[in-house]
This record gives sequence, C-alpha cells and structure tokens, in this order.
Amino acid sequence: MTWSEIQPLLSQACSETFSMVLWSTLIAIALGLPLGILLVLTERGGLLQNVVANKVIGQVVNVGRSMPFIILMVALMSFTRWVTGTTIGTTAAIVPLAIGGIPFFARLVETAVREVDGGLVEAVQAMGGNSWTIVRKVLVPEALPSLIASTTTTIIALIGYSAMAGTVGGGGLGDLAVRYGYQRFETGLMWITVGILAVVISLIQFAGDFAARSLHGRGGSGPVPKLRLLKAKEPAAADISKVA
Amino acid sequence: MITTSGLTKVYRSRGREVTALDGVDLHVREGEVYGVIGQSGAGKSSLIRCVNLLERPTAGTVTVAGQDLTALAGRGPRAGRELRRARSHIGMVFQHFNLLSSRTVQDNIELPLEILGKSGKERSRKALELLDLVGLADKAKSYPAQLSGGQKQRVGIARALAGDPKVLLSDEATSALDPETTRSILQLLRDLNRQLGLTVLLITHEMDVVKSICDSAALMEKGRIVESGTVSELLATPGSQLASALFPVGGEASADDRTVLDITFHGEAATQPVVSQLARTYNIEISILGAAIDTVGGLQIGRMRIELPGRYEDNVVPVGFLREQGLQVDVVDAEGEPVLVTEGAK
Repeated sequence: MTWSEIQPLLSQACSETFSMVLWSTLIAIALGLPLGILLVLTERGGLLQNVVANKVIGQVVNVGRSMPFIILMVALMSFTRWVTGTTIGTTAAIVPLAIGGIPFFARLVETAVREVDGGLVEAVQAMGGNSWTIVRKVLVPEALPSLIASTTTTIIALIGYSAMAGTVGGGGLGDLAVRYGYQRFETGLMWITVGILAVVISLIQFAGDFAARSLHGRGGSGPVPKLRLLKAKEPAAADISKVA
Repeated sequence: MITTSGLTKVYRSRGREVTALDGVDLHVREGEVYGVIGQSGAGKSSLIRCVNLLERPTAGTVTVAGQDLTALAGRGPRAGRELRRARSHIGMVFQHFNLLSSRTVQDNIELPLEILGKSGKERSRKALELLDLVGLADKAKSYPAQLSGGQKQRVGIARALAGDPKVLLSDEATSALDPETTRSILQLLRDLNRQLGLTVLLITHEMDVVKSICDSAALMEKGRIVESGTVSELLATPGSQLASALFPVGGEASADDRTVLDITFHGEAATQPVVSQLARTYNIEISILGAAIDTVGGLQIGRMRIELPGRYEDNVVPVGFLREQGLQVDVVDAEGEPVLVTEGAK
C-alpha cells in the first residue's frame, strides 16, 4: 500500500477513535463522578450512610467493571438501538464505550475521594456546611489531582476498549490495525497505527500527569501523589494488554 | 455559655460498646477560657465533638448560648438546617488545622462565609480583616502548604472566627506545634478571648496550656469529669490532682520522723513573711525542700514544700498557725503525694 492509500484510512480512523473516546469519556465522567462520590457518601460512617444503596451501587459497578468489553458491547445492543437508533457505526459504539467507562471511572473516583482527609469534612461540618457543600467545596476540589489522574487512566482505557468497536462497525485505529494489518497482512499499516496509538497514549498520560502534578503542587511543597498515579495506571495497563 | 448535662456517648461497633462519655456535666461561663485536660482516651475529643454535635450524644443535653442544640438535632445522621445554622456561630479549631490544600489562605477563611451566603466583596473584606487580626496579612494569597504549622493554625483560628462566633472550640489546637509556637498560639487565643469577649472551650493533654491561658479547668478520666472549677478554686482545693499537676513542687522528707507540708500562697498571704514568723513563734527548725512562684491563669501563686521536725501529731499547732495566716496547707505523705486532711481543711 502506498502512503496515498494509507493516509485517508488513517485520518478517518483517527477521527473515529477521537470521536468515540471523546464522547464516551465525557459521558463516563458525567455519570461516573457522581456515582463514585455516592459510593463514598453512602458507605458505613459516610455522610449519607445507606448500606443498602452502597451495596447495590457497589455491586453494579463491580459487574460493569469486570465485564469483558466485547461482551458488554454485544449485550447492550438493544439499549444502543434505543438510544441511537442503530447498533452499528461510530455513534453506536459510543454507547457501550460510555457504559463501560462509567463504572471504571466511578471506582477510580471512589478511591480518589476516599483519600480526602476526613478532618476537612469535619471542619466544614463544624462551619455549618451541608453534604452538598462538602461534595462541592471539599471532596471534589481536594481530590482534583487524583481525579485528573483517574480521567487520564479512563481515557487510555477507553482508547483500549475502542479498538473493539470494529466489531460493531465503529471503526477507529484499532479496527484499522485488525482489518488491514492482521487480516490483510499489511504489517506496515499495522505498525503505523500501533505507533500512533503509542504516541497518543504517551501524550495523554504526560498531559494528565502534568496537570495533576501542577494542581497538586499548589503551594509547592507537598509530595506529588506519584504512587497513586502509578497505582491508578495499573488497571489501565491490564486493560490494554487484554485488548492487545 | 456552654452547658452540658448528663452528656453520655456510647460507641457501638459489632456488638461491643465503648462508653466515651459517662454523664458529663460541664459549665463554661461567658467570656472565660475553659480547659478540659485528660489523657488520650479520656473522652476529651468526644466531649468537644458533642458540643457542636459533630458527634451525636447518646443521652444528655448540650446548650450553647442559650440554645439547646440537642433539641435541634433532628433525625438521622445528617444535621438539619437549624443545627447547621447554630454550628456556623460556633468556631472550631483543630489539631491538624484541617485547611483545604486546594484553596489559598484567604479562600480558606472565606469558606465559612460562602456557607453563610455572604457576597464576594463582604467575604474578602472580612477575610482580610481576620488575617490582619491573626497577624498574617501578607499571606492572603499563599497556599497552606507554604505555611509553617503555627501560621496554619493562625489561619485555622481566623477561619473559625469568620462567622463571628461567641464560642470557640479548640481541639488540641497546639498539640502538633513546638513549644515556642504553642506559646504564641495560646497568646493569640488569650488575646482574642479578651478583645472579642470570646468564650473558649479547649481540650488538651498539655498541662502548660491550662496553666498559661485557662480561667477554669476540668480533669477528665474515663469519660467522667473528676475535678473542675476555676483555677484559683482548684489551687485552693486540698489534694486537688489538677492543682498539684499545674503547680508541682518537689522534695522529699530527710528522715522518717518529719512532717512535710505543701503551702500554697495566693493573694494577701503571699506578702507575709510566714515562714520566719513560724520559726520564731514556735522556735522550730524549718527546712525548705522546694519552692516555686508562678502565674497560673493570671494569678500570682507561690507554693512551697517545707519540712518540720517531728511527726504530724507533734505539729498540729504550727499547722494551725499557718492556716490561720490564710495559707493553704496540704500534708504530704511519705510518697510525696499530698494527702487529704479533712480536719481543718478549707
């Protein structure tokens, strides 16, 4: 294949991946963030202690989190049709990607929010703040560096998941690598997509780490949550390897 | 200003019950600095958290500024609107400062004002005014991570004052600070108490804190208050554990057949040459084993441990003479602990 043949394929695949990952990330954040916070609030001793709700949400998140993405995608077909009117194509792939991303992000949010010092919550309670104030003014802003790290991890995981979107005709870089690189033995094209993915993932990770660190560094002297970032990376690495 | 009656807190976890507070009656008067001292596990933290209902007492009532907070509690673990409003008028400072690392110093102080729904202009005016009051006017735009422990606690105090509270609760506010900084923070609390007429309830495990700023003190053990009163009352109480801890004098008897006395001087008596009078009047040899003069809660207090020849039975008359001079006399037993002498004790 010549570059003039490859180039349009690549740019289309890139834009498909971009759109799938962008929209599914936004939805995963929009729904995963409240869900993760709710997990912390409803736990025993939490601000809105509700053991039953906590168990239910926890279980849903666990199942969603451990479901192999390709199965989730197939299982969600009728839901996808209901939402988008179709079960194939890039738009249709966004639905299972978002649904897969929500519990993934929610768990990371839970971990990040739980690390906020309980003393701060107590201080705001003593000022007369209600639970919503505590979420808005304490839990989210204080966990922000970790939440950004969690977002990075989620984006990277979703890039990994999006490689399977080809199954439902979603396209994207992963699909390109499978169809051309693997099925048509276009090894060159495969390596180009692999290269692009590697560069994109590295850039996202770098940008995320940088943002998290510069936020954490407000005032400068506190230790950067390096360990936490590394820990948060682990599931992503596992997911990528599952995909690959 | 703060009254608790029959305050009881029982923690239940997995079928086990721990009684943290066991019928605590506390009365803090308006405008005083009241110290609750005790070892860790004595229930001090539970007590101070029950005062603004961060912990809900199992039984008993808490009244702050004439308002029965326990009646406002409402149901469930969440605080209702009235309780939150009442809390916003009770300042609280913490051992670990509990400042938001994501906000500047000024924004930290503005937080309680945001909760009170004040306008941006009003918030920043008040915050800068408070920063000035605690001596950190130049740190408004700094982040807590850039401050020293003492500065952080000053910010914590400024934040606690943002809601114009009448009452300030201090939860081991100086326990994470070095002695020098502790002194300056205590001085600040004392100044605020005087300038603003602020009633301060503080808990601590450091006797020095009580000694340097408290008007009244209570000793807590195993969830109960075992001694309480104004510092001068405590010092005038024979055998008071708090008094001897606040103001220790050392020295042991040189032989078995000696009487050791702890004499506490305050007020008028402190100016009289009682020891030489005693020696001359009864013609006895007096050795001074230890002595100290100190200021406790703003009162000049002297304490002296003296030794008289002969057993206590032989010294009833000289002891009576000392008591007549308006001195507080505690007889010390062989272990060096003051013993309660009922007869003749004030």
